[in-house]
Amino acid sequence: MVELVVRTSNLAKSNRYVIMIEYQNIFTQVQVRGPAEMGMDNENNMSSERAGNPRFSNLIGWLGNAQLGPVYLGWTGVISLATGLLWFNIVGLNMLAQVGWSIPEFIRQFFWLALEPPGPEWGLRMPPLNDGGWYIIASFFLLVSVSTWWLRTYLLAQQHKMGKHVAWAFAAAIWLFLVLGLFRPFLMGSWSEAVPYGIFPHLDWTTAYSIRYGNLYYNPFHALSIVFLYGSVLLFAMHGGTILATTRFGGDRELEQIYDRGTASERAALFWRWTMGFNATMEGIHRWAWWFAVLCPITGGIGILLTGTVVDNWFIWAQEHHFAPMYDGSYGYENFGSYEAFIGKED
Amino acid sequence: MLPKWFNLWNRENPTNVFGPAILVGVLGGAVSLAILIVVLGQPYATDSLQTGPRGTGMSVTEFESDLNTPDPDIALLMEDEPYKPDGSEDLAKDIYKNVQVLGNLTEDNFNRLMAAMTNWVSPEQGCAYCHGEGDLETYGEDNLYTKVVARKMIQMTQNINENWDGHVNANKQVGVTCMTCHRGQNVPSEIWFDITPVNEATAGWSAIQNRVTPLSQYTSLPSDALQAYLVDYETIGVHDLESRVANEPGDPLIQQAERTYSLMNYFSNSLGKNCVLCHNSRAFYDTEQVTPQWGTASLGIGMVQEMNNDYLIPLGDVYPESRLGPKHGDAPKAACKTCHKGYQQPLQGANVIQYWPELATTGDPVYE
Repeated sequence: MVELVVRTSNLAKSNRYVIMIEYQNIFTQVQVRGPAEMGMDNENNMSSERAGNPRFSNLIGWLGNAQLGPVYLGWTGVISLATGLLWFNIVGLNMLAQVGWSIPEFIRQFFWLALEPPGPEWGLRMPPLNDGGWYIIASFFLLVSVSTWWLRTYLLAQQHKMGKHVAWAFAAAIWLFLVLGLFRPFLMGSWSEAVPYGIFPHLDWTTAYSIRYGNLYYNPFHALSIVFLYGSVLLFAMHGGTILATTRFGGDRELEQIYDRGTASERAALFWRWTMGFNATMEGIHRWAWWFAVLCPITGGIGILLTGTVVDNWFIWAQEHHFAPMYDGSYGYENFGSYEAFIGKED
Repeated sequence: MLPKWFNLWNRENPTNVFGPAILVGVLGGAVSLAILIVVLGQPYATDSLQTGPRGTGMSVTEFESDLNTPDPDIALLMEDEPYKPDGSEDLAKDIYKNVQVLGNLTEDNFNRLMAAMTNWVSPEQGCAYCHGEGDLETYGEDNLYTKVVARKMIQMTQNINENWDGHVNANKQVGVTCMTCHRGQNVPSEIWFDITPVNEATAGWSAIQNRVTPLSQYTSLPSDALQAYLVDYETIGVHDLESRVANEPGDPLIQQAERTYSLMNYFSNSLGKNCVLCHNSRAFYDTEQVTPQWGTASLGIGMVQEMNNDYLIPLGDVYPESRLGPKHGDAPKAACKTCHKGYQQPLQGANVIQYWPELATTGDPVYE
């Protein structure tokens, strides 16, 4: 019944001189096909709420498991999808209204358009719909959507008798989301402090926010957040590289490697120990990854929350704390050359 | 075609040549490209001008090809020595009717300037653009709006040269004439009108931003920055000047920061320069870390506010409808780009005032 879908080229080994390199591939090469894997059922009756007939796709099999579905929807999933869709439509229809319901103009201006928060004059009051009212309504639905999706990750983990690590990691991201859209605007006393829903406009907000508070790069929590962001990237590259490099010895079969450490894990461990003296373990590397990922939005959120509430100019704050040195030298190009020489008109 | 032994050997020693071939090809290509760039030079070479202390990264960068191309408009400037009066000549106000400005010029210099203005502003229509098709007797009439506007513009030019010396002549004597903006066109390029609100179905801050417009410099920043800061005298302020302050109503917010950012983008594009011509970008607000050009630009802000409010906007009633703004029917207004047109110094620092002492002062011209 089980059939392996493998690229024919990988099987063409009749000629003993041709050595195809099976493990050097961008996509997953082996796809398992058989009756759909329906998963376990337990006393929580999880299978009764699973929806959709499972299908197989070659395409998604290249990226992960070829089986698509079934999916557990549940009441959290239904509420989350419904409110998320409402948010999406409110934002989209507002953008469409801004361009006079013109579809071509909507497509042309899409990256520029936004649903903006209320103006500062409204404080924490409910503004008219066309001056941020829709933003408040949309944000409420987004909050419900994100919260119920979080609950879904928690409840599903509970029913699987898993740890709640995914839910808490997601909560770290939600912390940053709530700081930006709820906690900080509340502390500042105005919804106008929230981030607009738009592609370029939210980037404008980010720049303006940094400049308004005297350059966010001098905010130590921003710096910490960057450390964990780049650290996550580094760890991910190291871990992904290590596992792919040992798949030829079964390094990708994580479960077996943990309880019956084979040659793959052994080599990976030795590689790093001999490279830098220290090596993580099959379990420990995932703690590194989890904490770096989680600390990125946690520290970032702290930095955002302190800005404008506790510290109003990070550059001056940095000068007061002696980590923004002044540079010796003169300001103005006259000290370094002349405009006439620069444009080639020097006599 | 190939020798038999070669084909035979190949059959017996099958080798995957594609891997090494691609590797050699990529590496070889990269090495060849690197050698070409070193030997022939960078095709898009740049040059830069340092604008601040070492370590701050302050420098403005230009393509050498751009630097090697002078502003083509410089060729429009003409040499035209003034006639030095000996004091015995009749003055324009005595010879011609209704001479409200430039009346103290000698006839020769008056006509010399009139001819030049034709060149600067209406080379195709000639004198008739302001004076109509009638004969010389009718030249005193104010029937055409163009003549009324021209008179006001002469006053504006004289005012700029006399009272805004600190901006216009910050580096050396260059002055401004009609040509600085007009460049041979009836209406100068890079004028602007109020175009807000830019969004339908919105009010407040939502209505003035998030659209691709020339006034937002094609960003999603507010499109009302020129109106707010260069006409309505709104304070250009973004920062708190202490690390921790109690925020008061009226203090700048993120909205003001975005609007200022829009204005600064306009400055930048008007001069074809980046932020660090004037600022140390790590602390935009800090007046101890700005260049002298920041001071020059600050004076320019005041100059443009005065130009717009005292000279250009009052002409709103004089213009025909075709010259007014598309949205609010407002008078055309000026700002940095109307003169600079993308150059750090208009006409790359050419001295345009040298032959026109008549435009350099609101009083009697000084001939040297």
